[in-house]
This record gives sequence, structure tokens and C-alpha cells, in this order.
Amino acid sequence: MRGGTGFRVYAIVYLVFLYAPIFLLPLFAFNDSTIIAFPLSGFTTNWFKELATIPALHGAVQTSLIIAVTTSILATCLGTFAARAATRYDFPGKGPVMGFIMLPLVLPEIIVAVSLLVVLLGIGIQLSAWTVILGHVLICTPFAIAILNSAFQSLDKSLEEAAYDLGETRWSTFWLVTFPLIMPGIISSLLISFTISLDEFIIAFFLTGTEPTLPVYIWSQLRFPTKLPSIMALGTILVALSITLLMIAEYFRRKGIRKTGGKDTGGFL
Amino acid sequence: MKPIIELRDVEKYYGDFQALSGITADIGEGEFFSLLGPSGCGKTTLLRCIAGFEDVSGGSVRIDGKDMEGVPANKRPTNMVFQSYAIFPHLTVAENVGFGLRRDSRPKPEKAAAVAEALAMVGLTGFGERAAHALSGGQRQRVALARALILKPRVLLLDEPLSALDKKLREQMQGELRRLQRQVGITFILVTHDQEEALIMSDRIAVMFDGEISQLATPQQLYRRPVSRQVADFIGVMNFLPAAVSAVNGGMVACEVAGLGRVEIDAEQCPAGAKAGEGSVGFRPETLTMLYEGETAGEGGRGRVAEGTVAEVNYFGDMTYYDVRLDGIEQPLTISMRNVVGRKVFEHGERAQVAWDPGALVLFC
Repeated sequence: MRGGTGFRVYAIVYLVFLYAPIFLLPLFAFNDSTIIAFPLSGFTTNWFKELATIPALHGAVQTSLIIAVTTSILATCLGTFAARAATRYDFPGKGPVMGFIMLPLVLPEIIVAVSLLVVLLGIGIQLSAWTVILGHVLICTPFAIAILNSAFQSLDKSLEEAAYDLGETRWSTFWLVTFPLIMPGIISSLLISFTISLDEFIIAFFLTGTEPTLPVYIWSQLRFPTKLPSIMALGTILVALSITLLMIAEYFRRKGIRKTGGKDTGGFL
Repeated sequence: MKPIIELRDVEKYYGDFQALSGITADIGEGEFFSLLGPSGCGKTTLLRCIAGFEDVSGGSVRIDGKDMEGVPANKRPTNMVFQSYAIFPHLTVAENVGFGLRRDSRPKPEKAAAVAEALAMVGLTGFGERAAHALSGGQRQRVALARALILKPRVLLLDEPLSALDKKLREQMQGELRRLQRQVGITFILVTHDQEEALIMSDRIAVMFDGEISQLATPQQLYRRPVSRQVADFIGVMNFLPAAVSAVNGGMVACEVAGLGRVEIDAEQCPAGAKAGEGSVGFRPETLTMLYEGETAGEGGRGRVAEGTVAEVNYFGDMTYYDVRLDGIEQPLTISMRNVVGRKVFEHGERAQVAWDPGALVLFC
């Protein structure tokens, strides 16, 4: 099928609009001026060096990493349970239950954040890294389920039955057969949950305690114009990190499908 | 024959749907037994009830004299070959075959020897180190067989094991499965929807429709004396004609066959029992014979002749299948003839004489 030139122009404009700001990020991160504007004045790596000298930033990175790692593990565990139940068993109310679990995927984050804040304050829980983890698990679990659903669906049900038939227990069957075969899905789910949690802002902003996460810290720094170039440097690092992690996640997802001989029914990339 | 599996009034419900009703059968030690039926007839459900993957809703399954109520699949003396083969894709061929030996306390070299022996049995010597996901369909089938047989089960369950193979390979595997079964002497229970496969391989066949066993018999009985039109239609080809039974007299049954006239047949030709009234008779295509010039209708004076017109000719090389419309009968009858050198093949529209034998027909009342 051949599209007209109109479509081609549209596609190019679309891509420029989508990615031009991201390309500007590294451009200014290496620019030797505190003013974010053209023309560029010179090349420098000072902004990256400056990052190493801000203790508050290091604290924020640490908080974010703890939250992201914990969130990805919890979301993937919950996702595994839910995906297995959804693909293997039929139970009353399965549709609505799965629907409710997947709902945060389409719910505006600000609504999730505000309602969580109201509930947490209402029952008297102190805001901390744990409350952020709670919110992040809520929004990451649907992604984990979506990924693991496809992992479980491409897994032939009779593989588990065969292991059971050959004398293994349900528990050992899971570890000997199911787990190795959905491993790529689990890795992919861990990485995507990690990425989502790491750069999530709204929920973290509302639910964080005295220690801000990295995105919240970055937001707070935007008030100081002189800090902008180093924020650009930080942003550059984050973009590179996110793209790398997503690519690794997709690689494992595809590898998993190849391994079980299933058909690729689409992923996130 | 000592029964190894005793099924008594086995029932299975899924909600309101009754998948199995009143299944009663004995399966003998060392027998090659087939469950044959169209899809949805409950044959796979019954196999899974024997394997322990499904609980029965009523009745009992006894294996080797022991009631299997509450005994899970991993504790039953049965092993299964799955329709998809269910080869573990992340393991090698040897690891797949040896999977069932994980809980065996024998030393490693002994286990390795058992795996090698099992691989040799299915003709896969030297394939042990291959990755399982790189095997062809026929090889997967063999690995699945070796994996299930290595535990020396009392009964091997096969769920449509040949349906994924192409025709040539399927025919080859049919012979190999039969040979393997004789060699190991284990009871095989085969689920299949392919009547030819069931006839070729089985000692006995249970034909199932709608969750019930319609007939349990040897392949020959099943083919020659089907108990119902449904069974007759499912196994091979059968021509049916309406018939009226006028008298049942001891060992003889008198009836009037539409278009062919009055016949007296043996009561043995009514497998489901004869009674006066409306019914139908069935002929297999090979019991009807097209007569060539100068031929008469067979020996012993039993043969009769009818005349008709050839309506359709289907030439198969070794055989020709004719549809012949006999005078006075609306519906054409299928007749199969072996093609012999020096004999012509009848042509469409040709007049033909057809010899038939009342001793070959089956009566359904």
C-alpha cells in the first residue's frame, strides 16, 4: 500500500514533535552556558560533574532506587499471581475482578494520587517511601499483568500437566517448568515496573514524605534557573537509562516467545 | 482377561453440562484399547478422568484393583502422551525423557542408562543432548513416548497422539506404536477421532457419542456388526435402505427391503436385536459387486442381482467407488470395486448389474 505525500509529511511532523524535545536535552546538557537558548556557545561536561557534588540529589536517587526496586518486585509478584489465575482458572466474577485490577492503567494518575493521599491521611499513616511504593505498585501491577498474561498464554497448559503426571507436585512443577518458561516475562515485567516507578512524578509528589524521589527533586530544582543545565544533564542520563531498560525488557519478552515457540502478539515496543 | 482398569457408571458434569454418563467398561491388562468418537463426545474427558486430571462426578475408576477416588495424577500408575506432546522446551531431549526419574533414588549412571534405553526404544539413540525445541513433529512424538514409558506405568494414555502429524508419518507411527505396545506389554489407551486409526491399531474399541459408550467391540465386530446406524455411519461407509421387519422367528428374521424385496436373514445380523416393525438395513460398499459380462451372482445361491445405472465414478487407482442408482431406489448406493488388470472401469450413465448378498447386510430396528 502506498500513502500519499500528505501522510509522509504528517508522520515526519509527528515524530519531530515527539522526539525533538528529547534530542534538545543532551544538546543543552553539553552546552557551555547557563542560558537554555540557541545559539550554542561551546562544549562542556561540567554540568555532569556538578551532579556529583549535590548531596540532596544523591539522597533523591537513593530513595528513588529503593522505591523502584521494591515496587518492581512487589508488582511482578502480584502480577504473576493475577496473570496465572486469569489464564489458568475460571472463577465467578473473573471479568470484573481483572477489570478492576487493570483499571489504574486508564485512571488519571492525579485521581489515584489524591484519593490515596486522602485515604492514607484518613487512617493516619505517615507519608514515607512506603506510601510511594504503595501507589507505584498500584499503577505498575496492571503493566506486570499485561506482560505476564502474554507469557502465561504462550505457555502450553499441558506442560504443567505433563510434569505433574510424571510425579512432580504442583509446587515443584511451578519451579521446574512454569517459572523457567515465564522467566523472560518476569524479567521484562521487573524492568518495566522499575522504569515506570523511577520516573513517576504525580503519585510520588503527593505521597512522598520528607525524602523526595528523583522526579520530585528535579521538579523542585526547576525554580532555580542556574540549576537548569545540570537538570538537563540529569535528564540525559535518565533518558538513556530508560531506553536501555525498555530495550532489555523487550529483548527478554521476545526471547521468551521464541523459546516457547509461541506467536508474537505484540508488546510495548 | 484380567481387567487393569474398571470403569463403573462414571459420570462427569461441568456445571449443568453432562460430559460423561454411565460409562462402564473393563480394560484388560496388556490391551491396546481405543476411545473413538467425534469431537465433543467425551473421549478426552474420560481419558483425563483415568489420568486423574479430572475428578469424576459419579461412579468409580479402579486401576489395578484400587479405587482411584482422591488419588491425584502424580500418584496414579498411569502416564500420558499429550496431544501437543508437551515437550519441555527449556530442557534437552535427555532431560525431558529423564524428567520422571527426578524423584527416583537410583544413582545417576543408572538413570542415564534408563534414559538411553528409553531413547533407543523409540529410535532416538544419540539425540539426548539436542535441544527439545529444535525437534521435528515426529521426533517430539517419540520423545513424549519415551518420557511417558520410562516410569514403566501400568497404563499409557495417549490423547490424539498422531493428529498433528502429516499422513505419511502418521501411518508410519501407527505401526510403530503397535509394535512398541507389543514390545513393552503395557496397556495402551488411545483417544482418537480417526476411525481408520482405531481399526488399525486397537484390540478393542469403545465408540462414544454424547458422553456414552455406544458400542465396545473388536475392530472386526465393530465394522461388520455395528449396533446402530450412528456407529455404522461413523466407522467406514455404509449404505442404508429402509426395511420393514415382518416376522422374527427363532434364529431367522424376515424383512422387506425397499427396492430389493423380501429377504430372510440370520438373527445374528441384528446386533441390537430384532423386532417387528419399521427399520433399516445397511450394506458396506465392498459387499456389493458390479457384475461383468458372463459373471453370475456368487456361490451357494445366496447372491441376488439387481439392475441399475452408474451415477458417479470415483477412481482411486487401486479401487473405484461407484454410486449406482438401482432401479426402484431413489438414493444411490456406494459400491467399491478393486481394480483388476484386464477389467474395465464402468462409466457414468452405464447400465450395470449389481450382485448383493442378504448374508452381508446388517439390520437396525
